[in-house]
Amino acid sequence: MTSRIVTLSINNDQYHVHVRNIDTLLFTIREKIGLTGTKPGCLNGDCGACTVNINGEAIKSCLMLTVEAENKCITTIEGLQDTTIQKAFIEKFAFQCGYCTPGFIMNGNDLIHNEPNASDSMIKSYLESNICRCTGYQEIEEAVKEALTNNNYDNR
Amino acid sequence: MTWNIGKSIKRKDAIEKVHGTAKYTADYISPNMLHVKLVTSPHAHARIIKIDISEAEQVEGIQAILLGEPFPLTGDEIQDRPILAFGKVRYQGEPVAVVVAKENYQAKQAANLIKVTYEPLEVIHSPEEAIQSHAKLIHEKLANYKKSDNVYPEPDSNIANRVKIRKGDIKQGWTESDIIIEEEFTIPPSDHLSIETRTVTLEIKRSGEVHMTSSTQAPYRIKEKMSEYFNLEIGNIIVTAPFIGGGFGGKVAIHLELIAYLASKAVGGKPVKLHYTREEDMMTAPGRIGLKAKVKLGARKDGTLTAAKILYLFDSGAYADKSTLLVKAAAATCTGPYKIDHISCDSLAIYTNRPYATAYRGFSHSEILFAFERTMDILAAKLKIDPLSFREKNIILPGHTTPTQVPLNNSSIGNLPACIKKLKEQMNWHEGTFKKIENDIIRVKGISCSWKTSTIGPDASSGVSLLFNPDGSINILSGIVEIGMGAKTTLAQLLAEKMQMDVNKIYIQMEVNTQSTPEHYKTAASRGTLMAGRALLKAADDAMNQLKTIAAQVLICSPDDLEIANEKIYLRDEPETAIPVKEVCYGYKYPNGYTIGGQVIGRGTYSLRQLTNLDKETGIGKTGPEYTVGAQGVEIEFNIKDFTYKIINAYSVIDAGKILNMKTALGQITGGMAMGLNYASGETLLFDDDGLIQNPRIRTYGSFRYGNHPNYIVDFLETPHIDGPFGARGIGESGLIGMPAALANGLSLAINVNLHQLPLTPEQIWKAVKNDDRL
Repeated sequence: MTSRIVTLSINNDQYHVHVRNIDTLLFTIREKIGLTGTKPGCLNGDCGACTVNINGEAIKSCLMLTVEAENKCITTIEGLQDTTIQKAFIEKFAFQCGYCTPGFIMNGNDLIHNEPNASDSMIKSYLESNICRCTGYQEIEEAVKEALTNNNYDNR
Repeated sequence: MTWNIGKSIKRKDAIEKVHGTAKYTADYISPNMLHVKLVTSPHAHARIIKIDISEAEQVEGIQAILLGEPFPLTGDEIQDRPILAFGKVRYQGEPVAVVVAKENYQAKQAANLIKVTYEPLEVIHSPEEAIQSHAKLIHEKLANYKKSDNVYPEPDSNIANRVKIRKGDIKQGWTESDIIIEEEFTIPPSDHLSIETRTVTLEIKRSGEVHMTSSTQAPYRIKEKMSEYFNLEIGNIIVTAPFIGGGFGGKVAIHLELIAYLASKAVGGKPVKLHYTREEDMMTAPGRIGLKAKVKLGARKDGTLTAAKILYLFDSGAYADKSTLLVKAAAATCTGPYKIDHISCDSLAIYTNRPYATAYRGFSHSEILFAFERTMDILAAKLKIDPLSFREKNIILPGHTTPTQVPLNNSSIGNLPACIKKLKEQMNWHEGTFKKIENDIIRVKGISCSWKTSTIGPDASSGVSLLFNPDGSINILSGIVEIGMGAKTTLAQLLAEKMQMDVNKIYIQMEVNTQSTPEHYKTAASRGTLMAGRALLKAADDAMNQLKTIAAQVLICSPDDLEIANEKIYLRDEPETAIPVKEVCYGYKYPNGYTIGGQVIGRGTYSLRQLTNLDKETGIGKTGPEYTVGAQGVEIEFNIKDFTYKIINAYSVIDAGKILNMKTALGQITGGMAMGLNYASGETLLFDDDGLIQNPRIRTYGSFRYGNHPNYIVDFLETPHIDGPFGARGIGESGLIGMPAALANGLSLAINVNLHQLPLTPEQIWKAVKNDDRL
C-alpha cells in the first residue's frame, strides 16, 4: 500500500502526517491528528456529520482523500470558537445528542458567510445535506436564521 | 417562588457540543488499540456448513480470528442468541466470525477473505408466516432456553412470548354492540438510525478488571449481564458511557459489548475497538419491531365503545431481546386511552428471519396506536360521528380501569379531555377536515390520541450522589446517560430549585462510570426525570439535613429551625442570623482550629413502587406508575393526481404534568413528532424475496432532511403526577407515538380509502387506491 508524509494545514496549524493514499481526510483528521469533533456517520456522504471547510467551502471529509487536501486550508469544528452560529445553536437549543452538530455548524457557518441574505430555499439547499435525528429541524432552522441576522448586524 | 422550574435554562453540555469537544465513544483513540471487524451472514436463514479462515490468517497485522461456539447464549428475558452464530444464521447481518487486527483496514481485508459455506434454509418473512402450523422453526430448542419467569415461549413454535388481556366478558361485549368492525394493519420493521453508529472499546486488565466505554443507554445492565454470561465478578466490570449520539431505544440492547469482550479476551486482554459501519448498525444491530395487527371493535349506535378483540403479532426478528417486553407493553395499553369494559387481547412476540428487534422510542406504543387509532377513525366514520367527538365520548378517565384492570386517578392518568379540547382549537377543528386548495391539491386533517406508561422492571431504581465543593457549589452524580434529551441539565435545574440557589453553581458529571456513579436502571422508557429526579430530591434533603446539623451547632439552635436558600443557612424567623453554606459544606472550622463535620455528601435513591408482573391468563397487574396522555394531529396538502403530499402542520397537546425546562420539553416533543412522521411516511427496511435488506444505508432509507419538516404547534397541559418531581410526567416518547396514526388518518381521508400499512409513501397510497375493491 502506497503511503507517504503529507503536510496538512488545519485550523491554521501545520501537521506532517504519514498517510496511505487511500486514507480519507475524515480518517486522518480523527485518527492521526486527533481532532475528533469531525464525526463519522455513514462514510459515504449521506449524513454530513463529517463536514469540514476546505478553502472556504463546506466539504464532507469522508468523501475526500487526505492527499487531495494537501496545500489547502482546512477548518474543522475545533477551528470555530464562539462564532455567531455556535452561539445561536446554544441559544435556540438547536442540538440534542450533539453528534450531528459539528457538521451542521460547519455547513451553517459556510452559509452565513457565502450567502448572508440567504432565502429559505438557499438555506434548505445548504442544510439538506446533513441529517439530524434528535430535533425536528425547527430549532436548527431558528438558529441558522438567527445567525444570519446577527452576522449581518455584526458586519454592518 | 419558582426559581428555575419551567425556565429554558441553557443546557450544561452546550459549550462542548457546539465546539466539537464533547467526546463520544469512537472519539477515544489510542495507538495501541486493536480493531475488530465482523464477518456477517449474507443470508436471512441458513445452515453454516464450513468456515475457512486459512487465507484470512495470512493478512498482515491479524491478531486473532474468532468463530462461534455453542455457549454462552445471551438475551434479555430469553437467552436465545449466540454472540457469534453457531450452527446456523437466523438473519442477514448476523455476526458469524470476528477478526482482530492492528489496523482497521487489515481487519476488513481479513474479514473479506473468510470463506463461509452456507446451506440456505427456508426464510420466514413475517409473523403471519411464522405462526402457520407448518412453518419452519427458527429456534428448534426454544423450550430449552434459559428464561425469566414471566415470559412464556411456546415450544415447537416460533412464538417467543404471549401476553393475554382478559377483561370483562367479550361475548357480552359483542351482544351489546350495534356495530362491529374488524381491520388489519401492517407495519414493517425499521431502524433507529442514530447518527452515531454503535461503538465500543474494551480492555481486560491483568487484575481481571474489564474496562469498557460504550455507546449504551444501559451501562449498568451491561455489567449485570456480562457478569452472568461470562461468570465474571460484577465489580470487575466497569462500564463508561460518555455522550451518546442518539439512542432512541436502540442502544438499550447489549450486543457489540459481548463481541468486544470475546475479541479482547482472544488477544490477551489488549484494548480493542469495535465501531459499526452504518450498514452494520442497520442490519447487524437490532432495530424497530414490526407489527401485524387485527383489531375488532364494537360500539353502540350512540358511539359508546363496547368491546375490543385484538391480536397483535409482533415481528421480533431472529432473536427475542426486548420483544418479550414490547409485547407486554402493547398488551397493557392495547386499546389506546379509551374506556372499554370488555377486552380480549393476545399480544405475541414472534420469531422471523428479520433483523432482531429491540426497544425503539415509544416501546411498541406508536405501532399499536397506529392500528387502534386507525380503527377508531374507521368506526367513527361508520357511525357518522366526528372522530374527535367519538374519542371524547370514550376517553379513559379517573375512576375507570385500564386493560390490566388498574384503577386510575387524576394523578395517574392526567387530563386527556382537556388535551382534545385544546387540539380542536389549535387545528381549527370546527372549520372541517377536508378542503380543496387548487385543482389537484386538497388539504386534510388527521388526528390521534395517545397514552404511554413504562414497562421496565418492577424493581428498577435510580441513585444520585451530591458532592459539595469548598465554595458551596455542588457536583451531581447520576447514572442517567446523556443521550441527547438534556436530562442532566434538568437534574441541575431541579437541584437549583430545591436548594434555592444559582443553577450556574451546580455542576453535573456528564459521563457515567458504573464504578463511581450511582446506578440508574437504564436510560429508557421516559423514566429519567421521575426516577433520577426523585433520587436527586432525596439526596438534596439528605445534604440539607447534614448542612443544617452542622450549622445548628454553630448558630446554637435546633436543625429544625433552619432553612437554606441563596447558599445560606439561616434561622427561619430571623434570616439575618445565618451562615454561608461554603463555611459548612466542608465542615465548620472554629477560630481555634477545632472542626466539626466534613465534606457534605448527599445521597438518595428512588425505586418504582408497587409494580407487578401481569397475570398469565388475564393480564391483571400494573406495569408503570403514571400515564402521559396526548392528542395529536397533522394537516396535510395532498396531490390527488400523483399521491405526493406535504405535511404542513403537526400538532401535539401533551399533558406533561409539569414542564421543568420549556425548551428541552419542546425539543423532546417536536423531535419525537419528526421521528414518528418520518417512519410513518417513508422510513422502512425493504426486503427482497430472500429476506435480504435492499436499503441498508441512509441514502435509500428515507430519513427526513432539513426542509422536510412541518410547522410544529405544541402545547402542554400540567396535571401533576403527584409522585413525579414537581409533578412532572415522562415526555420523551409522547411526541412520537400518535404521529403515525394521525398521518394515516389524514391520508385515508384524503383518498377516501382506508390505509392499513406503513410507510405511507406515494406508491403505497397509490396501491391502496388501486386495490380498493369499491372502484
